[in-house]
Amino acid sequence: MKAELAAEWITKRYGDRTVLTGVSLTIARGEIHAVLGPSGSGKTTLLRIMNLLEAPDEGTVRLDGEEIQVARAAEPLDGMRYAARLRMAMVFQKPVAFRRTVVENAALGLEIRGRPRAEIVERVSAVLQELGLARLANAPARRLSAGEQQRLAFARAAVLGVDFLLLDEFTANLDPRNVDVLERAARAYAREHGGGVLLVTHDLFQARRVADRVSLLSEGRLVESAPKTEFFESPKDPRTRGFLAGELAL
Amino acid sequence: MSFDSEILLVAGRSLYVSGLATVLASAVGVPAGTVLGLRDFHGRRFLRSFLHALYGVPPVLLGLCLYLLLSKTGPLGGFGWLFTIEGMILAQFLLVLPFVTGLTMNAIQELDAALKDTARTLGARRGSYVRILVREARSGVLSAVMVGFGRAISEVGAVIMVGGNIRHETEVLTTAIVKETSRGNFTAATGLGLFLLGTSALVFLALTVLQERTE
Repeated sequence: MKAELAAEWITKRYGDRTVLTGVSLTIARGEIHAVLGPSGSGKTTLLRIMNLLEAPDEGTVRLDGEEIQVARAAEPLDGMRYAARLRMAMVFQKPVAFRRTVVENAALGLEIRGRPRAEIVERVSAVLQELGLARLANAPARRLSAGEQQRLAFARAAVLGVDFLLLDEFTANLDPRNVDVLERAARAYAREHGGGVLLVTHDLFQARRVADRVSLLSEGRLVESAPKTEFFESPKDPRTRGFLAGELAL
Repeated sequence: MSFDSEILLVAGRSLYVSGLATVLASAVGVPAGTVLGLRDFHGRRFLRSFLHALYGVPPVLLGLCLYLLLSKTGPLGGFGWLFTIEGMILAQFLLVLPFVTGLTMNAIQELDAALKDTARTLGARRGSYVRILVREARSGVLSAVMVGFGRAISEVGAVIMVGGNIRHETEVLTTAIVKETSRGNFTAATGLGLFLLGTSALVFLALTVLQERTE
């Protein structure tokens, strides 16, 4: 079976407010799937549900066909769901740095997984090199710039070699150089490592640059999902056409 | 009281009683505060308010309650801890515990939600999750311990009630100041006060250096 992470008929409510309504989408390994949508369209909530940080009110999340999240599932994660989480990693919009050095930050997930010291050193030094952070390895992570901290957050997730990376507006508010480094790293993660990348963004141009498949989420509903060329060149849904036209006119 | 070896013994007793009470309160309060800070349970707001209310408990009232409990006819009289060092440590432990627990709880709660989520997405859970978050909140946790020690070393009401201020046995710096003042020995009382100030300043200096190194 092809490795894939799938959300099926996800509905999520916070009190009286319905954030997601019957959303289904799939990410396959080796592909970058961009989820577009305006602010408040439920993109981040969907990502959090797929990473098992929150439970949906309806619907399920499947990993390789196996149900890993069900409606109103309780914390803490049981053995099977925990094993599923270990196959994913998430990078948040806001750069997060622990009160440790850069190298300690990057090694954290591998340490939690109990990987051997030699392997941690090797993998961490390779990922820091790739993200241009090797010279800052022993610096306190909190003293880095926002762009460097976000590159570190990506490195901390990518070093795990997980099957699926979930990126939540991971280049928002960053300068073009940092955006370029991170987009190249995300592409490399899908192409070279063969990981599946779910990229939540409101940036149409970013979706055009990096995605293989694009979906549009609006007011908590999936409007359209298609391969990139089809999505941008011949969108089927009038709301997609409106979204593309509106955004492109900006 | 003459300023010779006796004052050093009294100062040593002060540090022992307050230091041990703070260590014991930290051993209980830091884990308890961490759990309370992490778990979202029914009644947490009430518990938080209750802990904050305990910050204001007058030491002399706590001393009176313990006096009644530890006296020979009291329910805890069997321990024989009235007018002993053990009783004084118990009094200061109870005095310090709400501070260490409440301030640790606040330090954990105030950690950035994105940081907590990141730890979870990296695979942290249970023990590893708690260790990561306590390490992140270590500055706040150390502040909680410092506030607790400050409360213990400076209080007089509870230790004088429970310890009895017995020379060579339960006399500590704060109770010695009270005794010398009541006798009209203001010079001695002032000297003891300065000694107390210097002693606690040294302890706080050491803790502050430790706190800065953990940043």
